[in-house]
Amino acid sequence: MAHEIQPFFLGMLKPKNNIQKIWMVFALLSLVTIIEVIFGIIKPSVMVDNSLFGLKLLNWFFIILTIYKAYYITWAFMHMDGEHKWMRRSVVWTGVFFIAYIAFIFLLEGGYIYEIMKNSFITRDF
Amino acid sequence: MAATAVTTGHDTSKGYGKPFGISYGKMMMWFFILSDALTFSAFIISYGFSRFKFIEEWPIADEVFTHFPFLHGVNAPMYYVALMTFILIFSSVTMVLAVDAGHKMDKKKVTLYMFLTIIGGAIFVGSQAWEWKNFIKGEYGAVQTKSGNILQFVNEEGHQIAVSDFVTASHSERVQHTGDTGLWYQSEAALPTFTMADIQKSFAAHPEVRVRTQQLDEAGAKTILDRAKSTAALQTGVKMVEGANLKENEYGHPLFADFFFFITGFHGFHVFSGIVFNIIVFVNVILGTYERRGHYEMVEKVGLYWHFVDLVWVFVFTFFYLV
Repeated sequence: MAHEIQPFFLGMLKPKNNIQKIWMVFALLSLVTIIEVIFGIIKPSVMVDNSLFGLKLLNWFFIILTIYKAYYITWAFMHMDGEHKWMRRSVVWTGVFFIAYIAFIFLLEGGYIYEIMKNSFITRDF
Repeated sequence: MAATAVTTGHDTSKGYGKPFGISYGKMMMWFFILSDALTFSAFIISYGFSRFKFIEEWPIADEVFTHFPFLHGVNAPMYYVALMTFILIFSSVTMVLAVDAGHKMDKKKVTLYMFLTIIGGAIFVGSQAWEWKNFIKGEYGAVQTKSGNILQFVNEEGHQIAVSDFVTASHSERVQHTGDTGLWYQSEAALPTFTMADIQKSFAAHPEVRVRTQQLDEAGAKTILDRAKSTAALQTGVKMVEGANLKENEYGHPLFADFFFFITGFHGFHVFSGIVFNIIVFVNVILGTYERRGHYEMVEKVGLYWHFVDLVWVFVFTFFYLV
């Protein structure tokens, strides 16, 4: 059942054995978490004051790093990199596209209701 | 991997093939994880929906989760959850080491790493319980207004202060109505420490105290009212709120507490059941079940579940504490 050891980090890291790879991925995940915490504490004003598509740059940064971490947990720890291509796609694509779709619809709707409560006749503060 | 029709999985017509070249158990674990991921994303997306709906008054996580064990009164936002994240990622590492040792049929190492994984999971669940305790107990107390908004109190420097820091209770004959003192089917929740009248009176006697509303200003901080507006706002108060539960929440909007309990609770339940699965597999490893079976695939399957729990936590960490 031994899978081939896949290189990771854009193919730049080529661990010699599985154990080495596990520790390399752990170091990478820890590093990303530390970066997240540092940014969460400093909150650089450039990233807080500017936003893209209604979301602060800092939040985009966090979300992208989270997906980055999720990628390594799935690919390296859960050995998704060793599964057949269509096994991988049947799980990952289903999840990713469905979640992205639902998230888009619901967040848009949440923003709409916010507008209604702010500018329309409906209020919750009386 | 041998390139026969059976293992490549393209010929499943004879009934014994492996579609996608993966065993039945592992494939079903993957599809279970997929459906569970959709459940968790439903939770997190509905959190996002409610947050977007109340975008200008959502509590600031850094002000809510500020505790660290053995550091009383020290303002330590996020460090504790970051530590919890490390603990969970580390238990994922020991799990994947156990899977790797299983491939090598190394019973001793599988036992050790499974044990460490269980310990890591237990520490995580314990940490979560502690986090819940702090959240439920609350720190400052607040006043709830007629429309369900929360008013908090700050001193002249703009730092939040506890209600008990400036309010003195007056004598009251009012006792909590419990089932054993009146009608057995009627009771009420614990009475708040101070009545609304006490708070209003003490507020008038302390000119340095001001009220902070849920509303976020342009800089993303909570709005602090001046004295006149503070007094007016307090007139709309109906009761004192201490800590958080499903109905009320001293940190701000009640939905924040609801989602906190549901999402971290659902995740904590997953960690707990993961620990139970791990213990079952651990016992089987010690008994030599997988040694006799000739492979440690059960460790792999339970490992997939365990990594998934870690994966979900990564998202909960981001959306609850960072964003």
